[in-house]
Amino acid sequence: MRELEYPFDSEYLLKKKRSIKKALLSEGEPFTDKKIAVFGGSTTHDVIAMLELFLLNQGIRPQFYESEYGRFWQDAMFPEQELLEFRPDLIYIHTSSRNIRRFPEPGDSPEQTRRLLEQEFDYFRQMWQSVEKKFGCPVIQNNFELPGFRLMGNKDASDPGGRGYFITSLNQMFYGYAQSHDNFYVQDILYLSASYGLERWSDPFYWHMYKYALCVPAIPELAFNLSNMIKSLFGKNKKALALDLDNTLWGGVVGDDGPEGLQMGPETSMGQAYGEFQSYLKDLRKLGILLNVNSKNDMENALAGLNHPDCLLKPEDFIVIQANWENKDRNIQEIARVLNILPESIVFVDDNPAEREIVRSQVPDVAVPEMGQVEHYIKMIDRSGFFEVTAFSGDDRKRNEMYRDNAKRASLEAGFADYGEYLMSLEMKAVIKGFEPVLYDRITQLTNKSNQFNLTTMRCTQAEIARMAEDNGFIDLYGRLGDKFGDNGVVSVVIGEHQEDTLHIRLWLMSCRVLKRGMEQAMMDVLARRCRKRKISRILGYYYPTAKNSMVKNFYQEMGFEKLREDDQGNTVWQLSSLEQYQNKNLYIEVAE
Amino acid sequence: MTREEVYEKLNGIFQEVFDDDNIEVCDSTTSADIEEWDSLEHINLVVAVEQEFGFKFDMGQVVSMKDVGEMVDIILDEVG
Repeated sequence: MRELEYPFDSEYLLKKKRSIKKALLSEGEPFTDKKIAVFGGSTTHDVIAMLELFLLNQGIRPQFYESEYGRFWQDAMFPEQELLEFRPDLIYIHTSSRNIRRFPEPGDSPEQTRRLLEQEFDYFRQMWQSVEKKFGCPVIQNNFELPGFRLMGNKDASDPGGRGYFITSLNQMFYGYAQSHDNFYVQDILYLSASYGLERWSDPFYWHMYKYALCVPAIPELAFNLSNMIKSLFGKNKKALALDLDNTLWGGVVGDDGPEGLQMGPETSMGQAYGEFQSYLKDLRKLGILLNVNSKNDMENALAGLNHPDCLLKPEDFIVIQANWENKDRNIQEIARVLNILPESIVFVDDNPAEREIVRSQVPDVAVPEMGQVEHYIKMIDRSGFFEVTAFSGDDRKRNEMYRDNAKRASLEAGFADYGEYLMSLEMKAVIKGFEPVLYDRITQLTNKSNQFNLTTMRCTQAEIARMAEDNGFIDLYGRLGDKFGDNGVVSVVIGEHQEDTLHIRLWLMSCRVLKRGMEQAMMDVLARRCRKRKISRILGYYYPTAKNSMVKNFYQEMGFEKLREDDQGNTVWQLSSLEQYQNKNLYIEVAE
Repeated sequence: MTREEVYEKLNGIFQEVFDDDNIEVCDSTTSADIEEWDSLEHINLVVAVEQEFGFKFDMGQVVSMKDVGEMVDIILDEVG
């Protein structure tokens, strides 16, 4: 819904929240249901109402538990039955500088302040540890905004007795905890409040009247920001950018002005602004965001522009370059097809409102920010939170290389008569083993973002992955695949639950970038071997259809299973018996177990 | 602005905030008359009124307001 995209009208959202919620729910798109517990140190009523709207807009339908006013600590430390039974998928702890119990006083020594800091930090740490033990779900805790007044003026920031000093030191301690604890994420309201304007953000009117720690008109900003973290944690981040060229990456039209007439680079103000935007995009690429071109241009001209010495982004920085005279919505769909991702994972960036409108109307799942003027391009992308980073794995860093290797493989494919011969030529090597702690974050990430090759779409938190890895009642496997072009990293995950003589496959997923490489056969072979070792006599596989996983509808059939049941929703159960006669299926991959 | 004009805008705000096109308020309307008008929703009403009429209530005004009539008095005072 356009009203919920950045930049949104906060007053409008607050005023119309009831009718907006109705409209979102009646769109009836398939929602992911999530349970979210909000522990507040101040009133959280409208925080929850606004968060609900933004999450619904992201395809997440939340159910909330809200702690009684100000009882965040008690709920975390000594949860009551109702909360335990609620079993949250995520906990948000909303505290503020108002919840700091003791501040130092002017004249306090560094030593006194240090002790006080530890006391306050312990108060929070105990709570986080309790939450981790009792709920084992991701926790988002916001840091502290700066204080509303400065008793000592400027010295308040640097003196051990100052509140400003105390708050920034406490924030540092929060960051230290986040760096050493998975599943714990800090929401940066220090930044949000500064960006919004601290004086308005902390308007004491709202505290004294309604016990809100921030002004009500700022609540949509807080909630939007939070919803971006949550959608990232649940695997709904965007993955790729489709970028226009003329007047988007550079000033001018390359076909008319020639590459030498383009504005980019430090000589002019306009050129500098385009340069800064390019540099921002190049940094996004380092985060694993896939860059692509979607431009109405002859390919020759597009490349001439990109090869200009002042152009920071070079042709090799892009995975797919669509420079032609097709409609841009068609080109976006082509980009999605080549990358093997869904259109909803793409952000389309174009200075031209007419092009944006065509893409919006033809491919409504694509995100299309209102770009405005070049000096605000970065802000538009950045504040929209498309690529909010919660976990950052080694695979993210290498993603661009992997997709480029894929493109190379695709061109090699054409030169072989027979597909098997091509697969042999790839010299594939796989590692297929039980889960290892260093890979928990990557495995968790895969369970949350694989949609297409995913038989049951079971989403897992890192704590759940760890629990299953350590539980002998489960057989868990990850698969890593490499070939002569490079390493694809961890691409497949299988989890089976061992009950009596049967293994129930609770999860089977694979990254689409290794589709049709024989990796699923290699995984199946290892799984069958592990089952035989445990004297398991049959394997049951389950397929639960979603809007996105129809490609694996007949997966178990292809693996030699027979269909046992199908219900009227299309859920199917498959059986593989007589495991002792199982014949290995993998022909092309050298596997290390 | 006349009292009638204020009421015209105010009815629109009440209808939007409580998502009910049938709401009509008058001088004697209080939170007891509208089911969803509780202390937490009151803040949304205040923010919406501030935005519509372009001024900010101070705390003294909000705590002393007894009914819609008094709200209208304050609005007329502020915007003239």
